Amino acid sequence: MEGVLAQTLVSGLLIGFLYALVAVGLTMVYGVMDVVNFAHGDYLMLSMYFSYWFFILFGMDPLFSLPVIVLIMFGIGIITYYITIRPIINSPMLSQIFVTFGLLILLRGIAQFLWKVDYRMIPETLVSGSFNLGGIFIGRPQLVAALGAILCSGAILWFLKKTKAGMALEAVSEDKEAARLMGINSDRMFALSWGIGIASVGVAGVLLSNFFYVFPEVGGGFCLIAFVVVALGGFGSVVGAFLAGIIVGLVEVVSGYLIDPSFKFMFVLSLYLAVVFIRPQGLMGRK
Amino acid sequence: MKKLFRLLCLSLLVLSFASYAYAQEEIKIGVIYPLTGPLASTGQVLLEGAKLAAEIVNGNYNLNMPLAKGQGLPNLKGAKIKLVTGDHQGKPEVGMAEAERLITQEKVVAIVGCYNSSVTATASQATERLGIPFVNESSTSPTLTDRGFKWFFRTTPHDDLFSENFFMFLRDLSKKKKLANNTVALFAENTLFGTDSVKFQTKYAEKYGFKLAGTVLYPAKSTQLTSEVQKLKGMNPGVIIQTAYIADAILSMKTYRELNFAPTAILANDAGFIDPEFVKSLGKDANYILSREVWAKDLTKKKPMIKTVADMFEKRTGKPMDGTSSRAFTAMIVLADAINRAGSTEPAKIQDALLKTNIKADQLVMPWDGVKFDPKTHQNVLGKGIMVQVQNGEYVTVWPFNLATKEIIWPFPKWEGR
Repeated sequence: MEGVLAQTLVSGLLIGFLYALVAVGLTMVYGVMDVVNFAHGDYLMLSMYFSYWFFILFGMDPLFSLPVIVLIMFGIGIITYYITIRPIINSPMLSQIFVTFGLLILLRGIAQFLWKVDYRMIPETLVSGSFNLGGIFIGRPQLVAALGAILCSGAILWFLKKTKAGMALEAVSEDKEAARLMGINSDRMFALSWGIGIASVGVAGVLLSNFFYVFPEVGGGFCLIAFVVVALGGFGSVVGAFLAGIIVGLVEVVSGYLIDPSFKFMFVLSLYLAVVFIRPQGLMGRK
Repeated sequence: MKKLFRLLCLSLLVLSFASYAYAQEEIKIGVIYPLTGPLASTGQVLLEGAKLAAEIVNGNYNLNMPLAKGQGLPNLKGAKIKLVTGDHQGKPEVGMAEAERLITQEKVVAIVGCYNSSVTATASQATERLGIPFVNESSTSPTLTDRGFKWFFRTTPHDDLFSENFFMFLRDLSKKKKLANNTVALFAENTLFGTDSVKFQTKYAEKYGFKLAGTVLYPAKSTQLTSEVQKLKGMNPGVIIQTAYIADAILSMKTYRELNFAPTAILANDAGFIDPEFVKSLGKDANYILSREVWAKDLTKKKPMIKTVADMFEKRTGKPMDGTSSRAFTAMIVLADAINRAGSTEPAKIQDALLKTNIKADQLVMPWDGVKFDPKTHQNVLGKGIMVQVQNGEYVTVWPFNLATKEIIWPFPKWEGR
């Protein structure tokens, strides 16, 4: 029993790190500019397809194509900002929702048009299979994904706290007007936050493509979880999203094992409800 | 001379007129399929299957199946069958309207259709009301033949029978190979498909003397199945019977491997496990999975006639024959055979002939034991599924043993040694 529970905890932890990385990008965009990106999961889908095609067309393993795809995703994030988000930055929340929701439909439509509705999976990846650690099986691609998620989240945190540009981003998220008075170009900061947010979900997509199939709607499930993670961790808080991601992963796997898998999402969502009731700003959110 | 010439002319005229009338004799059969809408590609495949059957009945082919030799229906003076199509677009109400239109306006003598169980249910209400025979080829909802309809016949086995096949297979196998233990765990997604399958499987597990180790249901859109597989592992079942669509089928295989879980066998319930993407995405990891199927390409090796028919189908359509087209084909042959034996286009006589249908296994392109309808439910009682196994990335038939093209690989090999 202990062995199985330990295995379950490890599995939950591994998937939790990945949930965290998906959510970090979402919470960053929200934190800096108060825009909820409903299409976030579809950027995940996009980067998974990139990873798939880099493998199929150029024979590049996801681990090697990762840097290229991160750059592409960073660019796509910035382009998305300038084309679709910038014009509506001061519009009412409802129009912002419509725009990002429209983006979701557009991205799925493009994916379906270009790559059909088939489920695709990279057949032979560099890291595959699992190893046995004291009776606990650990999937290699899952472990790589978890390590990647930790590194990437750590890098984002370091960037925000220790670099000039990062501090400028934080300043904008705290008070746009004051930041502007201090000579920070908020427009460029917004673009940067989109770039980083989409690039980080790009990292998650590539790591995920090592062990998960891609199809046009793959982002939906992950995006829903990312929203729960963001709300649980506190809107706009990178550290909160990271912790919440781990918690959600653990709750999903452990409750599924101990109680009934049919209800695993119920427990995740109940946890979220409980947090909203007791601490509406989330774990690490600002009031 | 002139008289002779006149006589010759007259006789020629009479003869040509007679043969004209002869050629005109056509028997209209309605076929209702989803020819447009999201299922259009399946609908076309079904229609092509039915058309090929009509072609074989109408033409002269040297095949061991009813009506292949000689042209048309011999008991109706060589009359030919003509298919009149209806399109139900996957919608039950349209299917019903199409059935009514074909019967009242096109005057068809019988109907074949409709693929979707929901549409078959409504269209057969129309035929029941208007008293016209309906032969269903591939709707597998068990309730369709439980309604006590007098005019409704079904050639395909239904989901209940397919569930029983798993246990018939295990029983047959236990005489040849060793089962690790007598327990079965059921693993299914929690929509109608999964939950219904689990219901039937539970029923038959008990009937065939297997112990149920447990049932695990999960949300169909899960992003991971770790806790589910953990639970299964904890049950330590001999065999897992799994019902999944393509996404969760792939995900579960990945998770089995990740957690190093290899039961004696994984028996899959069609659907996701026979999707072309399954083997494509998983590569080597798809090997040794067993799945139930309605038809398999390699059956052609055991029954040469299937190969001839499958080749004809591929030549016509450019697509290989499959479980869908072969069933549409078979239903049309069964109906034509009944009309011929009835010797009439009167609905009551066709109905009577259908009840007396007795087609032998070697006359079918299906892996069934034959076609014979239950006098009460009108379900074909000789229908049967097969079990296929993925071996080297190909689906091969391994059960029933007399149709098997390859020896079954049993038990499911451990992951490490692969």
